[in-house]
Amino acid sequence: MAKEYLALILGCILVNNVVLAQFMGICPFLGVSRKMDSAVGMGIAVTFVLVMATAATWPFYTYLLLPRGMAYLETLSFILIIAALVQLVEIIMKKYTPSLHKQLGVYLPLITTNCAVLGITLTNIDKTYGYLQSLVNAFGTGLGFLLAMILFNGVRSRIDSAEGIPDALKGIPSALIAASLVSMGFMGFSGLIEGIFG
Amino acid sequence: MNNLKTFTNGIIRENPTLVLVLGTCPTIAVTTMVANGIGMGIAAAFVLICSNVVISMLRKIIPDTVRIPCFIVVIAGFVTIVQFLVQAFAPALNDALGVFLPLIVVNCIILGRAEMFASKNGVLASALDGAGMGLGFTLALLLMSTVREILGAGTWLGYQVLPESMDPIAVFRLAPGGFFVFGLLVAAVALITRGRVSHKEASGCTACPFADQCAKASEGGAK
Repeated sequence: MAKEYLALILGCILVNNVVLAQFMGICPFLGVSRKMDSAVGMGIAVTFVLVMATAATWPFYTYLLLPRGMAYLETLSFILIIAALVQLVEIIMKKYTPSLHKQLGVYLPLITTNCAVLGITLTNIDKTYGYLQSLVNAFGTGLGFLLAMILFNGVRSRIDSAEGIPDALKGIPSALIAASLVSMGFMGFSGLIEGIFG
Repeated sequence: MNNLKTFTNGIIRENPTLVLVLGTCPTIAVTTMVANGIGMGIAAAFVLICSNVVISMLRKIIPDTVRIPCFIVVIAGFVTIVQFLVQAFAPALNDALGVFLPLIVVNCIILGRAEMFASKNGVLASALDGAGMGLGFTLALLLMSTVREILGAGTWLGYQVLPESMDPIAVFRLAPGGFFVFGLLVAAVALITRGRVSHKEASGCTACPFADQCAKASEGGAK
């Protein structure tokens, strides 16, 4: 049992990395990875919201939408739940943990439209994961996002200080090509799960 | 004349994908095959036109403070309609796009146009803007999936174009190829149209409705 969840988490982080293999959350991956502080802050905030969003959407879908034959409303209701949840978390954080809000608050509004959050909550339903499995999947995905942000921050700072990059490649194009190389590195992990746990 | 300009704006000068670099996730994820790229482009264009029209009609009613959630609800409604249509008439496309079909909701091109254009302009102009941006997005996806399918599978829209004796370079259909081709295309557009396109910032996020917050965030949060 524990082995199964460990395999799921490891798979989310290394093999099916949310940014580098599933192409979700590329906007913050490119936009907020310039500084280490912000890369880590964004990664932690996304992990937090992912787990909270999964905790809220999974029961909503399973106990409310599905029995009433309204499964088609999942896209609409999930994005509303996520938007409301993010707002709520921000208000609560501001009131009770101002220091945490100071560190993570600035990332929260951005997370509503982070496709990783909506994407993972929908994928959990799609793959018919159980409640605990969904939560573990969300947590692992968040960690994978955090890892990708931290790694890419290192690559990014090298590119930004590099000399001799042609004008046309400066900025986004060189970042994308670097992301391609990082993602190629992550391809080396495929088969890892079967190798260890299989 | 002005309307024509609104329409063509999105195709080249402010192409949402290749110039503004918005909507990167679907661009990289679905362009492994030309058919999927076109399908995604049309689905997003449909949502974009409809949501632009509705938001433009409602622009005087929606209170400013809650406009983003309102926009998202309108967009999510149209995305649900598109999901129904695709499931009914193109089930193969539905399987190929997978989770990226519902993820049109959080495609920043659509929210971006709602915020930047439809909430400030009339219905006709907003519809044309949506059509232009949608076409620009579709063309960008077509271009990118053409490169990836020809190099990665040796086919174009399912027809064999490269000789069968040539081994396709499979990595172009995988994640690294997606990032790589996208980077090169953005660079190529920047090179070809230098000075004539509105390359505001290297980061490409300026057209996103959350640009301010994102800029604040990339500064390292509150210090």
